[in-house]
Amino acid sequence: MSGQIEEAQSAIRQGIDERIDQVIDPLTSLVESFILFPLPIPGSEAQVPFVVLWLVIAALVFTFYFRFINLRGLAHGFRLVRGDFNDPRAAGEVTHFQALATALSGTVGLGNIAGVAIAVSVGGPGAVVWMMLAGFLGMSSKFVECTLGVKHRRINADGSVSGGPMWYLSRGLADRGPALARLGKICAVVFAIFCIGGSFGGANMFQSNQSFQQVLSVTGGTDSWFFGRGWLFGLILAFFVGLVIIGGIRSIARVTSKIVPLMATIYITAGLVIIAVHIDQVPAAFALMFSSALGVNSVAGGALGVLAIGFQRAAFSSEAGIGSAAIAHSAVQTSEPVSEGLVALYEPFIDTVIVCTITALVIIISGAYVAGGSMSGVELTSEAFASVIGWFPYVLAVAVLLFAYSTMLAWSYYGLKCWTFLFGESRQVEYSYKILFLLFVVLGASVQLGAVIGFSDAMILAMAFPNLLGIYFLLPTVRRELDRYWAKVKAGQLPVFRKGSSVPVTPASAGLKP
Amino acid sequence: MSEVYLVGLDGSDCGIRALEVAVRQAGLTGARLVISYVIPWSPFTFSTPEENALRHRRREEELTRATEMILLPEKERLEENGIECEIVARHGHPAKTLVQLAVEYEATFMVVGTSGDTPLKTRILGGTASALIQIAPCPIMVVP
Repeated sequence: MSGQIEEAQSAIRQGIDERIDQVIDPLTSLVESFILFPLPIPGSEAQVPFVVLWLVIAALVFTFYFRFINLRGLAHGFRLVRGDFNDPRAAGEVTHFQALATALSGTVGLGNIAGVAIAVSVGGPGAVVWMMLAGFLGMSSKFVECTLGVKHRRINADGSVSGGPMWYLSRGLADRGPALARLGKICAVVFAIFCIGGSFGGANMFQSNQSFQQVLSVTGGTDSWFFGRGWLFGLILAFFVGLVIIGGIRSIARVTSKIVPLMATIYITAGLVIIAVHIDQVPAAFALMFSSALGVNSVAGGALGVLAIGFQRAAFSSEAGIGSAAIAHSAVQTSEPVSEGLVALYEPFIDTVIVCTITALVIIISGAYVAGGSMSGVELTSEAFASVIGWFPYVLAVAVLLFAYSTMLAWSYYGLKCWTFLFGESRQVEYSYKILFLLFVVLGASVQLGAVIGFSDAMILAMAFPNLLGIYFLLPTVRRELDRYWAKVKAGQLPVFRKGSSVPVTPASAGLKP
Repeated sequence: MSEVYLVGLDGSDCGIRALEVAVRQAGLTGARLVISYVIPWSPFTFSTPEENALRHRRREEELTRATEMILLPEKERLEENGIECEIVARHGHPAKTLVQLAVEYEATFMVVGTSGDTPLKTRILGGTASALIQIAPCPIMVVP
């Protein structure tokens, strides 16, 4: 008897989830089909979403326009991150390292763990190669964005710093004449709208959805107590997000910001261990990746189809060209905008080129990937790790939860900045955004993966339209900044402050004495 | 070249005793006094976007607080007794930043207190004073 009641109850609960699904699905499909408008590729059945083409072309243009800054800037970028040029007199301000770490905690996450798995299961192993290439090109996009983010940031009346595409689009283009000023304003507003959408979609619903899936699979799949109780999981997650963004409990955010890098290290180490165990299979895995990248035995309509999937996942994983990172990078202490751009090169490099390659290798060499298999997303990654380290799914579940949590916190801030850009800064305005944000956390855990992915892809990728359109007009400014900075670097005119000795070692230090 | 004594305060009584020793010595040699306070801070910590956006303002607040609550009262107390001194507050790793200040002010002698860190931290990482002894660019006195 009690069993029957329970069954009935669970049917009702299942019903809640399904009903939410039914309501949200047509809506998300509409947005999705609008933004991911597919372009047919001539001579192939495959289609490539216009926005993906838009992102890749921009990344290519930037790479050539700045003469492979993504290669030649890396060494100097590393010295900047290490703090060689940090003036001790500015100690206490946001350093290059901190800006990079903060931006990374917003992007390292499900895009790398689940995104790669999705790319592999949908596009075959070859999609990963294109993902890496897109990540490499995306470094140039990040460079441009973050340079502009710092150049056109705004110091508010209360001493806080605001930056990001909404500011460089509106202020940067305003500097270039009245016609472009109008375009800049439009781009900024459209960007802000999409960013708010993205902060509800990919950075929120998708995260909440995937962490629920992971908890579900660790606690026993369909036998799990949580099965069909996605909304409850969503409520719990929303509670913890709310503690930070509404309750203002900074200590949680601070703890998260320290644990996330730790989890990332554990994840990368575990990945390397698995690769080391199967080291003999690595060449074969690479061979498989490259051959299927060129369309041999590919799943999704030839080489171009695979390419489209890889590029799309890379855009989602690195967010290069999307504009979000410029918000996080803009608080850095520097008088040279280009320096932060060079630091930002490391973002796609770490989170798309390195982390995604490791994940992909693990998935392929562990044998978890079976062409046409049913597993996708985090599940596939989890299975791959479990094949070598049996208890790793539990660690991964915790990691996924934390990554999701930190991504949500970071994006709640990005979204909020855009929200206040549109509606002005006041307590009511801020609270209205935060409450909406929490609502989407619950929604995300309740809906099906397909609906969530479509929506999140669409909104996040759409940010690239206004962002990159405006950036094209700002390229000459960035070029001038870069040339000036680079000349300074070459001439040894940047004061170097070595760690430890703390004694400036260049002539520029002459003015340092009080 | 005139003598410059650099004193590192840490907000404890021990730091005040270090200052007193420095004042007495400076009185004998006619050295210039520089009183410093280092706010512990690392360039390699992890922070949230919101913290970063507010960081510039926080930093100013921290410097003002350190100056007004720790450094200025000592400066005024010394000036009442007719003793001149300079004050400086800065963020950073305590020992390394003190060394940096010693270089900048061309200090010929440093005086610091032994306490300031918690016992556990001292045991694991070594206190500021013991680290300073290793890397100081000039003679140093540690006051218990």
